[in-house]
Amino acid sequence: MPNKLTVNGITYDVSLPDNVPLLWILRDEIGLTGTKFGCGVAACGACTVHIDGEAVRSCQVALADVWGHVTTIEGLGAPDNMATIQQVWVDHQVAQCGYCQSGQIMNASALLDEIPEPTDQDIDDAMQGNLCRCGTYPRIRAAIKDAAHRIAQKV
Amino acid sequence: MGRTKTIARRSFLIGSAAIVGGVAFGIYQVNKDAPNPLVAGDGEVTLNPFVLITQDGITLITPRAEMGQGVQTTLAALAAEELDVAWEDISVLHGPPAQAYYNSVFLGFAIPGAHYKDTPFKHGLRQQVGKVGKLLDLQGTGGSTSMKDFYERMRRAGASARETLKIAAAKQLEVDVAELTTQDSAVITPDGTHIPYSDLVEAARDVTPPDVKLRDKSTWKYLGKPMPRFDMVGKATGTAQYATDVKIDGMKFATVRMSPTRNGMISYDDTVAKEMDGVEAIINMGDGIAVIATNTWLAIQAAEAVEVIWAQAAYPADTTALRAAIVASLDDEPNSVVRDDGDVTAVVSGTEVMAEYYVPWLAHTTMEPMTTTAHFKGDTLEVWSGNQSPTATRDACAKAVGLEPAQVTINTTMMGGAFGRRGESDFSVQAALIAKALPNTPIRMAWSREEDIRNDFFRPAIFARFRGVVKDGRAAVVDGKIAGPSVFHISSLRQQGSIPPGPDRLHVEGAADQPYGIPNFRIAGHLTDIDVPLGFWRSVGASVNGFIFDTFIDELAHTAGADPLQFRLDLAGAEHAPSTAVIEAVGEMSGWTGSTPDGIGRGVAFTHSFGTPVAQVIEVEDTGNGIKINKCWIAADLGVVLDPKIVEAQMTSGVVYGLSAAMQGEITFSDGIAQQENFNDYDAVRMHTAPKFEVRLLENNPFIGGAGEPGTPPSMPALGNALFDLTGIRARELPLINTFNLIL
Repeated sequence: MPNKLTVNGITYDVSLPDNVPLLWILRDEIGLTGTKFGCGVAACGACTVHIDGEAVRSCQVALADVWGHVTTIEGLGAPDNMATIQQVWVDHQVAQCGYCQSGQIMNASALLDEIPEPTDQDIDDAMQGNLCRCGTYPRIRAAIKDAAHRIAQKV
Repeated sequence: MGRTKTIARRSFLIGSAAIVGGVAFGIYQVNKDAPNPLVAGDGEVTLNPFVLITQDGITLITPRAEMGQGVQTTLAALAAEELDVAWEDISVLHGPPAQAYYNSVFLGFAIPGAHYKDTPFKHGLRQQVGKVGKLLDLQGTGGSTSMKDFYERMRRAGASARETLKIAAAKQLEVDVAELTTQDSAVITPDGTHIPYSDLVEAARDVTPPDVKLRDKSTWKYLGKPMPRFDMVGKATGTAQYATDVKIDGMKFATVRMSPTRNGMISYDDTVAKEMDGVEAIINMGDGIAVIATNTWLAIQAAEAVEVIWAQAAYPADTTALRAAIVASLDDEPNSVVRDDGDVTAVVSGTEVMAEYYVPWLAHTTMEPMTTTAHFKGDTLEVWSGNQSPTATRDACAKAVGLEPAQVTINTTMMGGAFGRRGESDFSVQAALIAKALPNTPIRMAWSREEDIRNDFFRPAIFARFRGVVKDGRAAVVDGKIAGPSVFHISSLRQQGSIPPGPDRLHVEGAADQPYGIPNFRIAGHLTDIDVPLGFWRSVGASVNGFIFDTFIDELAHTAGADPLQFRLDLAGAEHAPSTAVIEAVGEMSGWTGSTPDGIGRGVAFTHSFGTPVAQVIEVEDTGNGIKINKCWIAADLGVVLDPKIVEAQMTSGVVYGLSAAMQGEITFSDGIAQQENFNDYDAVRMHTAPKFEVRLLENNPFIGGAGEPGTPPSMPALGNALFDLTGIRARELPLINTFNLIL
């Protein structure tokens, strides 16, 4: 029986086994390849998306268990209409290889929703599940703080 | 906003002057003043296209792979500086594999002697020898060579294109070319009219590109400044395309399980696997199996369900046996002695220091596991591969599927990290073979993380024995023996089928080539004949010897009762001024006093590698709950800093990569198979364990140095030396977590 899945505001009928992880539905079935595969065991965070606003590792959520609306990096903002946090990422030139950055941004975005002015400790706690082999951590930290500042100014 | 182009195949008719819809400017006249006799007679005078102007805009071919190092942005800036093109008008494209894009630096490494001793003559010699790479179609991204390679080449391409456009405009307007100027992608006439470059395509076709003098550094608009990277928007919005993101109608998804003993497969049973959900085919790859399915995850599940009996490894089966073989090779005659100053056998009075060091096997673990997309149509093969070696990848894929190289199209995509791993062609060839098994069906192949670690080409384990003598506060003798298997030999055999002649300099780089004046200084390389699959790992030999050599220097300093920073300054003092300057700079930046309060440790380290001297100070703190790294100060001298924001990122990135390995990186073997499987047992520095950074870039170096790798080597000894300062325990083996209570 097909499962219904709402991603970035669009509802899809997905005819794949119930146990296929959300990550692979997004990438191979729907074609939203901004969400990346890094480990498959929730150890790297490259596959982070939001379900009803909560940051989750999409490699660990089976299709049948998706409990709400999914937002991916593509749903956060597009190149010609970037979300504040994406613009900040560009301005700070955070990315190197960039492969982990979708996950970093989705995780940071959820952090800022929960804690609008995160401390260094908050950032350490929230972001340590997101691995970056290029070591972009200092710029990620600076970008999160700048994003917090810019979002606060807009409100 | 500038942008990264993904596919523009129509643009490439290499060797043809007429390019549909545009005109390509070459730099073939670059060699006119100094023709390379080895190139003469080749007869293949093709235009070497770097600048492509179409009616749509300006595309700069930046033929080095973007693995995160920002190379395409700085290569574009080099051409744009001379071309007078507005930044937002530029598109960048890696381009196809081509001789025109050969690496002109790689072969220069074979010239004997430490790089820091290079004179202008010797530097020129390296450059001339490097040009032989053209004959070998040697296109590759690595060895921190891109800026050395293109610092002049890319600017000449831009300058030549600019003057060609001016000549074209002069003919069209019937004015003297000297009356024309250029600005913001347009030729400007004496009356102030702007003629966009794109309007000059037709007129420029018949112009012979002139040879042009390069502009003086003082006039630079783009170079030397932080430029917006072309890949940032794509990477912040999930729209940057990696090989694993290619979408083609009718595509199927595949994965492989290749022999983790690297010695083939005896048999397999796919009875269960082939009945699993989504599985379309299971292929015998000879030394492993591939599964094709309707979804990558289903393919991975089925691949794991295949029962395979692997052949025994051809190398010693476990870490202990491998280590014993490495240690034993110290008893053999050395394979190289590339540094032998004074006489280390002479009797020198003073205090003797003996130490043995060991560093483990390492994996690369790029964030993106190996992936390739391939489409085989009988007489053509198209491959999308994040790779560092496009010509070798093309040739290997062609050979594997029985086509000529000209029938194979290679699209070099962005890479989710490389660090040397993507210089290999194995993953591209696998996708090509799978695609051939299902002709006309596009195949997107992705490895699991477990496959990625088990089937890596590893950084070798190395064992070293050092003897030194200090006298009157100075190093009087350093006699080092470095033993282990040769990355250079093993990878050369695998990739080219033979071992290049001469000593293996990479095996001892980071030690034998250091800019230290030690009266009696000898470094011997001992090569262990074991056939573990090895590959280039960020900073290669210096990733090993940076730790070993600098740690030994630190031991000598402490034995001598000298300040470790001053001790290094004294060693470099008479030998290499740029090195002295970075050591002084890092001392000043960190407020180095030589003493630290209780609970705090500081270590200094220095390595000259890839043409760039780098000094670092690392501070560690005992929190009472484990040791954490507080801060890392970096001073580096690349001669010319083409983009300070990108170079800073490369320096800190190199340190994080090095610290990850130093703290906890270790591959162990059992039954000939790497035991680590994923980030839970092969982890790296994360947000909470990354230090704060302060970076200073100097420009005293007479030649341009590399950026991607030289940050890595000194990070490991800087941490070990800091831990010694904190605890009094000398770190002689990596990873440090086996000895110290580090916070992970």
